[in-house]
Amino acid sequence: MTTVARDPVTAAEPAPPPPGEPAAGPSRHRFRAAAGFAFGAALLFAVAPLMLSDFRLSLLAKYLCVAMVAVGIGLAWGRGGMLALGQGVFFGLGGYAMAMHLKLADAGPGNMPDFMMLYGQLDELPLWWRPFASPWFALPATVLLPMAVAFVLGSLVFRRRVRGAYFAILSQALAAAMVILLIGQQGTTGGTNGLTDIQGFFGYDLDDPVNQRMVYFIIAGTLLALLALARHLMHSRYGELLVAVRDGEERVRFLGYDPAAVKLVAYVVAAGMAGLAGALFVPAVGIISPALIGIVPSIEFVIGVAVGGRATLLGPVLGAVAVAWARTALSERFPGTWTYLQGLLFVVVVAFLPGGLASLVGLARRRGGEPRDGLLSRVRRRRAGTA
Amino acid sequence: MTLFRGRRILAGAMTLVAAAALAACGSKTSDSGIAAGVSADVSGDTVKVGLLNSLSGTMAISEVTVRDSIMLAIEEINAAGGVLGKKIQPIGEDGASDWPTFAEKAEKLIREDRVAAVFGCWTSASRKAVKPVFEKNKALLFYPVQYEGLEQSPYIFYTGATTNQQIVPGLDYLKAQGARSLYLVGSDYVFPRTANKIIKAYAAANGMTVLGEDYAPLGSTEFGTITNKVKSSGADAVFNTLNGDSNVAFFKEYKSAGLTAASMPVVSVSIAEEEVKSIGTQYLEGQLTAWNYYQTTSGAANEKFVAAYKAKYGADKPTSDPMEAAYVSVHLWKAMVEKAGTFDVEKVREASSGITFEAPEGLVTVDGPTQHIAKTARIGKVGADGLITEVWNSGQPITPDPYLKSYPWAGGLS
Repeated sequence: MTTVARDPVTAAEPAPPPPGEPAAGPSRHRFRAAAGFAFGAALLFAVAPLMLSDFRLSLLAKYLCVAMVAVGIGLAWGRGGMLALGQGVFFGLGGYAMAMHLKLADAGPGNMPDFMMLYGQLDELPLWWRPFASPWFALPATVLLPMAVAFVLGSLVFRRRVRGAYFAILSQALAAAMVILLIGQQGTTGGTNGLTDIQGFFGYDLDDPVNQRMVYFIIAGTLLALLALARHLMHSRYGELLVAVRDGEERVRFLGYDPAAVKLVAYVVAAGMAGLAGALFVPAVGIISPALIGIVPSIEFVIGVAVGGRATLLGPVLGAVAVAWARTALSERFPGTWTYLQGLLFVVVVAFLPGGLASLVGLARRRGGEPRDGLLSRVRRRRAGTA
Repeated sequence: MTLFRGRRILAGAMTLVAAAALAACGSKTSDSGIAAGVSADVSGDTVKVGLLNSLSGTMAISEVTVRDSIMLAIEEINAAGGVLGKKIQPIGEDGASDWPTFAEKAEKLIREDRVAAVFGCWTSASRKAVKPVFEKNKALLFYPVQYEGLEQSPYIFYTGATTNQQIVPGLDYLKAQGARSLYLVGSDYVFPRTANKIIKAYAAANGMTVLGEDYAPLGSTEFGTITNKVKSSGADAVFNTLNGDSNVAFFKEYKSAGLTAASMPVVSVSIAEEEVKSIGTQYLEGQLTAWNYYQTTSGAANEKFVAAYKAKYGADKPTSDPMEAAYVSVHLWKAMVEKAGTFDVEKVREASSGITFEAPEGLVTVDGPTQHIAKTARIGKVGADGLITEVWNSGQPITPDPYLKSYPWAGGLS
């Protein structure tokens, strides 16, 4: 069944095989996935909390939130070919939805958040803030709101066959517009400051290190769940179709599929993941601000994915965590020059490992084996006359 | 087949999440206690302090000068024997002009390095981001920049001006000069928006009219429309709260629109000596600024400060108000610690009230209840040499009033 979409496409066009799709048999496949998840869980739930101080663990929680966004970008960009350069918007929607609820909960029923008294001088809570007082509205909203926005945007854009750079520019513009909107409405959004000083998380005091640890565990668990979801999507019939759309959209259309719908699903799922990441970022870091969702952070999300290897399952996660960790480590050690070192790192990865860090693992494992993406394998393929 | 495999993995992951959540939830009523503050590490013969400024990003150009003058103060103190017999060891971190990064680095300085105090931050947004971190960990921040007021954290000392020490005197000066109408131009963020709210309240109570109010995004260089609006408004003066590069574009447009300091003066609150240099003296000559300190401020303490700064960083480097306030903050901290006889944060706070320091700007006094300092307000005029000379001062230090409680017209503001 799964070969219907794949065969004609790959047979007709010897496009480079999508990197990172293992060719092993299904049973070995399944075992490796299960072992991988168990290893990841052990790392996140046992090793990290035992090895790291409270402060470092809370930093890891922050990195893992970025990794959640990366999982979504890996799906939309790596598998679907949609360069989503505006994921900050969805991250922000999720983050603000959560932060609005937590601010209202901190203030207590009937009270207004502190910053509104300071900057807004409003007599009562603005209408659009009110539903966020209820966790039953705010929590689903952190995921559904970004998904709804992505659905509307995606429906408009993909139907009109906007692709490539135009899609990337459009998503950037959306991120820029959202930042301007938030900053302009200082009285009700906190302006450039964003929503800060969040103290409680559904009754748990976030100042307490024990509760910070709980937030970390929730984030780690959610990341694993999102990875499982992404893996499921990638290995399903839908996943095959998504790759087919990426590599030959017109061909898929001629086969009777609707590429717009296929792309829309991946885009909406990626938006939901970014929203969830934003929502969990808020209790982990205690702040959400326009500085986290504009053009620059949106690009940084994509850089992490590119460094890790966009088409693989784990590449985006490893890349996002590696880039965020390198940023912290370099800036602590070389406060004056770390930006140059970070830039150098990106250049090295892009120049020598176009397939990202994930392809490094592949290269090491299959010395001289099956060609993969990456400089060496491409050279090899060219020599063999296949590329 | 695929579906089945996916479900099993999903189910496994979900179980893990549930287990983790349950395990973690056991600690709702925590008896481990809220982090009761991390005490500073003063066991050795040095004491660590944190320097938290943007060394990269848009704010770096301003914040690096603040870091330089903090380093100068630390060197002076170390040369004179340190604080309580311990040499100060500065630990620098880069806030990267990014507010959440400021919060992360503040936490690192407090929890990992266990510093006795942190000096730094520039933008209000970065201060708002780190404020909960300092309050949670019961650690000290010294904030050296003029700001929009309406804040009073027990763990922050504000050594720059609050509104009644800078903006209000600036307005008093304009009123005394006969200005009856104002035009407000600012960058789009918290400080200009809040400052303009205060200016409008002042104007309403003092018979002045505000003819217009425009905001440009931080870093914007498009001022054609705004200057045209300013020109056609015919206002007596412009109150400028633009920050950073935008000032360059604004003043160029201002001059090419035919407006001059004589026909329509501009009072700026974010342009100090360093910025005059980068904007270009030809565009700014004759315009007004409101601060508490200028490089030209008279007095032996300032002569010593300017000479020491130029000797260390180069003769062409000007000194400015935020740099002076940062320099003063380190000396004030030293005086507080020595009065308290310990680095303990609560004891230092208790000892802070009434601490004085013969600063380059003149005598400054720490106001215990607000943790701001009493400062003299100064209006200056940009000269042809790029330096700013004082044309008016408040005569004596003004007691800080961050919430403007002693000003009847500001009743609705806080």
